[in-house]
Amino acid sequence: MKRKELGEILTQRELAPGIFSMELKVSFADQVRAGQFVSLFSKDRSRLLPRPISVCETDAENGTIRLVYRTAGAGTTEFSQMAEGEKLAVFGPLGNGFPTRKALGKKVLLVGGGIGIPPMVSCARELELVGELNPEYRTRMTFAVGYRSFETYLLDELEDLAPTFVSTDDGSLGTKGTVLDAIREQKIEADLVFACGPMPMLRGIKEYAKEKGIPCYISMEERMACGIGVCLGCVCKTQEVDDHSKVKNTRICKDGPVFDAEEVDLS
Amino acid sequence: MKDVNLKVRIAGVDFQNPVFTCSGTYGMGQEYGELIDLSKLGAVTTKGIADVAWEGNPAPRIWETPSGMLNCIGLQGTGVEVFCQRDLPFLREAGCGVIVNVCGHTNEEYLRVVDRLAEEEGIDLLEINISCPNVKAGGLSLGTDPKLVEEITKECKAHAGQPVMMKLTPNVTDIKEIARAAEAGGADAISLINTLTGMAIDIERQTFRLSNRTGGLSGPAIRPIAVRLVYEAAHAVQIPVVGMGGIASAEDAIEFMLAGARAVSIGSANFWDPQVTLDVIDGIRDYLVRHGIDDVNDLVGAVH
Ligand SMILES: Cc1cc2nc3c(=O)[nH]c(=O)nc-3n(C[C@H](O)[C@H](O)[C@H](O)COP(=O)(O)OP(=O)(O)OC[C@H]3O[C@@H](n4cnc5c(N)ncnc54)[C@H](O)[C@@H]3O)c2cc1C
Ligand SMILES: Cc1cc2nc3c(=O)[nH]c(=O)nc-3n(C[C@H](O)[C@H](O)[C@H](O)COP(=O)(O)O)c2cc1C
Ligand code: FES
Repeated sequence: MKRKELGEILTQRELAPGIFSMELKVSFADQVRAGQFVSLFSKDRSRLLPRPISVCETDAENGTIRLVYRTAGAGTTEFSQMAEGEKLAVFGPLGNGFPTRKALGKKVLLVGGGIGIPPMVSCARELELVGELNPEYRTRMTFAVGYRSFETYLLDELEDLAPTFVSTDDGSLGTKGTVLDAIREQKIEADLVFACGPMPMLRGIKEYAKEKGIPCYISMEERMACGIGVCLGCVCKTQEVDDHSKVKNTRICKDGPVFDAEEVDLS
Repeated sequence: MKDVNLKVRIAGVDFQNPVFTCSGTYGMGQEYGELIDLSKLGAVTTKGIADVAWEGNPAPRIWETPSGMLNCIGLQGTGVEVFCQRDLPFLREAGCGVIVNVCGHTNEEYLRVVDRLAEEEGIDLLEINISCPNVKAGGLSLGTDPKLVEEITKECKAHAGQPVMMKLTPNVTDIKEIARAAEAGGADAISLINTLTGMAIDIERQTFRLSNRTGGLSGPAIRPIAVRLVYEAAHAVQIPVVGMGGIASAEDAIEFMLAGARAVSIGSANFWDPQVTLDVIDGIRDYLVRHGIDDVNDLVGAVH
């Protein structure tokens, strides 16, 4: 069940300039699936809309979620200045999450661009957990992640989970260029792609998967107001008429944020 | 604790309390029904219903502003038939009042929806949104021209199977004139305010923030304007007024009632506080007890 509540900040640290990792104690941690997100709310009553942030990791046993976020504006800057022990209004879990079941027993390529990397951690953890419990469902994972520069975040954690290929915009680490350049350079083989990142990257990944004839699931972003599918503020275009909306529009917060790349129109 | 009366009557319909939800901010009730007990609400107002499916505007459709938000959803919807078959059955069972919001580009489109809804049980009130761009008004909103308002009200009344509440736009010079036009057309009630037209520009990219360039401003930022317009409209007509615009607490709701609203609707505030409607109902009850008032109707228009 979705809930809006006050979550307690257990830890807060800066991973790289402007990139923060925060652990929150919440009542719904055991219900979060990989690729789902939460809405965070500012204490400043002049900033009323939610800040959607993907869940990077969950610890169901201890009832915590971990968020990794970039200070992009006033809201996220405010969150980054909050101290351990403070409480933060959080609403979740929201959205559908990645269809991790489709990846079980397969070779999956997990692609993250910039602040799209955090949800790929939750994906990998979920796949790993299922594989540990059911060895026949062990998934072979590879990460391809793109950063701006050598000032990376989460990289050690990714490398602990699976082979990881890196690209940087300035070439200061790994392949110079986009994450797609790294994927092509390394000739990474996969049966399936999960991806989260900026729109140009998602377009490139969709194209790549099509070329290889493999399924591809992407996590999308849009400005949100309700976060639960009532306001129709966060739509993206679809190729076919959507079953819920009856037009070629779908709600990112409710029917997404993860979509089969073939179903959405990224033009 | 002394029992107080929260029941209000609008257009001959009894509502268990004066707290409703605003059109377009509550979907068809289902999603918030997972978060709160809808049967405690005075009424749920649906998203705008047109005769056929409307695509709405492209993204971006939302922009945050100080204590408010701009939206240019563009009345995306499934059309009246899907509404009647898929969404209305849920609302009928929800245990609260049901207000169906109607939109159209032409008078004929409005009437097709009103005709179709006349066949359905379990609708308490129609709310006619006359803020949408209209062909007859040259692409402007019908709600800015008193003659067109009176005409559409008359036509809706002639076709409707339920009482009719006209929802007024605040983007006019004189709201009193528009309110009187709705009353003259036979409206059973009026509701206001719809959103105020606004604009935001991205100065870095030197472009508009919203796909549609303009959007409707809602939230606490518009509340003082809404209170003033409700006050003026309520003093211009005899029919009941439903007030809305930036309500986020019981205090806000009471302010609207004192200005002349028989009931209030809560919109954008649900987005950051899904419980807000229930808290407002409790808060109104507490206020009445604290002030030794035993009927919520005694608040209506008490400040004049
Ligand atoms: C499903 C989803 C998951 C996300 N996950 C993460 C994550 O894990 N880590 C992370 O750092 N960021 C993530 N984002 C982006 C994050 O929501 C924005 O960076 C954040 O809302 C910016 O808020 P602000 O107040 O700092 O910026 P401002 O620019 O001041 O925000 C103004 C308004 O615009 C909205 N907004 C601004 N940028 C975005 C954006 N990119 N997407 C949606 N709304 C935006 C804000 O929510 C706010 O309502 C995610 C976005 C979505 C839609
Ligand atoms: C996202 C959004 C969608 C809306 N859609 C409609 C609509 O379909 N029909 C309508 O009459 N009003 C619509 N409105 C206006 C609201 O019903 C209400 O009049 C206005 O938002 C003021 O109330 P608030 O400040 O409490 O949100 C919409 C408002 C918002 C924010
Ligand atoms: S944010 Fe309201 S529908 Fe997605």
